Amino acid sequence: MAAIELRNIVKVFSDKRRGRDLLTLDNINLDIEANDFVCLLGPSGCGKSTLLNIIAGFEQATSGRTLVDGKQVERPGSDRGVVFQQPTLMPWLTAIDNVAFHLKLKGVAKTERHDHAMEFIDLVGLRGFEHHHPSEMSGGMNQRVGIARALLMNPSVILMDEPFAALDAQTKLEMQEELVAIWQKRRCTIVFVTHSVDEALVLGNKIVVMTRRPGRIREAVNFDLPRPRDITSPEFNDAKRHILALIREESTRLAQAS
Amino acid sequence: MTSVTDVSPVRPAFRLTRAFQGLERLVVPALLIAGWEAFARSGMLPPALLPAPSAVLHALGDWVFGFDETTQTYSGHWLRDALASALRVFGGFALASLLGILAGVAIGWSRLFEKTLEPTLQMLRPIPPVSWIPLAIIWFGIADKPAIFLVFLGAFFPVLMNSIHGVKTVDHNLVRAGAMMGANGRQMLTDIVLPAALPSIFAGLRIAVGSAWMLTVTAEMVAVKSGLGYVLWDSYYFLRYDIVLAAMISIGLLGYLSDLGLKAIMARTLRWQQTTTVQGRAR
Repeated sequence: MAAIELRNIVKVFSDKRRGRDLLTLDNINLDIEANDFVCLLGPSGCGKSTLLNIIAGFEQATSGRTLVDGKQVERPGSDRGVVFQQPTLMPWLTAIDNVAFHLKLKGVAKTERHDHAMEFIDLVGLRGFEHHHPSEMSGGMNQRVGIARALLMNPSVILMDEPFAALDAQTKLEMQEELVAIWQKRRCTIVFVTHSVDEALVLGNKIVVMTRRPGRIREAVNFDLPRPRDITSPEFNDAKRHILALIREESTRLAQAS
Repeated sequence: MTSVTDVSPVRPAFRLTRAFQGLERLVVPALLIAGWEAFARSGMLPPALLPAPSAVLHALGDWVFGFDETTQTYSGHWLRDALASALRVFGGFALASLLGILAGVAIGWSRLFEKTLEPTLQMLRPIPPVSWIPLAIIWFGIADKPAIFLVFLGAFFPVLMNSIHGVKTVDHNLVRAGAMMGANGRQMLTDIVLPAALPSIFAGLRIAVGSAWMLTVTAEMVAVKSGLGYVLWDSYYFLRYDIVLAAMISIGLLGYLSDLGLKAIMARTLRWQQTTTVQGRAR
């Protein structure tokens, strides 16, 4: 049994003001195995975030079935950790209280939940900043808190929606390396949404290329280049060429259609 | 050999600006008072109609400390009068805050409350609190109650409106994050929506405390026989404009102090909010 099973997912947004329906996701079928690092790659507006939100339970598919660990997804829950595009931390809580928020909701005592959260503060390299508020930290540090917060719940999958899009190039590279290290150390399933071919190739061992609206899966590419990955190696470039060709084919098809 | 003090001399001009910085906020009031005093002493108006600041200060001093009975029956009674007004303000404001926050959060959070409660409240809102005075008097008589009722009316709506706004504008993604971490309905309200709405709720409380003072004084002019507003109105009948002005100053001062108190509570509660000025300096 796959960790995540998507069966015939269709999502239609009804645009009430213009009185028409918008087909966003068109019959998505995808299996994601446990401990996979899957990158959903596609242009903006292709519905990749919508797909992630459906797995997270934030949105309902118009039809189709979403199973996580064999269970039908009906609402958001702590079995699926989400890292948002913006850190989306509780601004009134310190870093450690943000990380431990899940434990607070479960009614765990303060010292116990702080002890537990400290392990994840360490994991994302934020020791010394645990008592800072989000407004006192940089975007990258806040995003680390967001990742630690999702990891602490020990979820079956971690869903990430372009979490590094708002970071500068250098911080982005650091964060990508750290994320891979964390994934290797903790052996978790990650679904990572991105529009960057390079980012997908640095991170994923499975790259799902999606088409422009309506979103369909163009191809799911397995990519097992050993890590740390050399982004100048021939293998990396071969894979990149293949994926870029898929994307280009797609835009030519669109150009011809119009 | 040069000593350390030679390296970084403190320039006198610099020290002067530093000294001035503490005083800059006093410049405008000082000029206004000096101008007023000069105008009052020039004799263009009879002193009974425009008392000089010194006369007002004299009246205020006697009202507070009772040293020469310039203010006759009020001499030395300031604390009692101020306390009477302050208690009405506090009573009405506390009631308005409690109910305003409760109703505001309920309306902002639940469609049901929004549909059932909000239209009625929004219809009551444009009615000036002062226009309730006739009803307040026949319902509650001439005492503290009508004043507290008016204060409540004036303070309730700012708290209500800002609480609704605060809850409605909570970042949608924070609610999603809460759901992702397993918050149930009650936790969503107490642990996410309420703290997120606090800055807006406090803004409402600060507007409300100002309205509260305004309405206490209004009520005391009409429906109550004690407090700063009563002294103000009573002195007007005897053409004691120095006491009228002393009462106005007292109200302004107490209103300002209530706001300072509220601001202090707000600063403690919202310590997480790093306030930045336009220049980008953190304060």
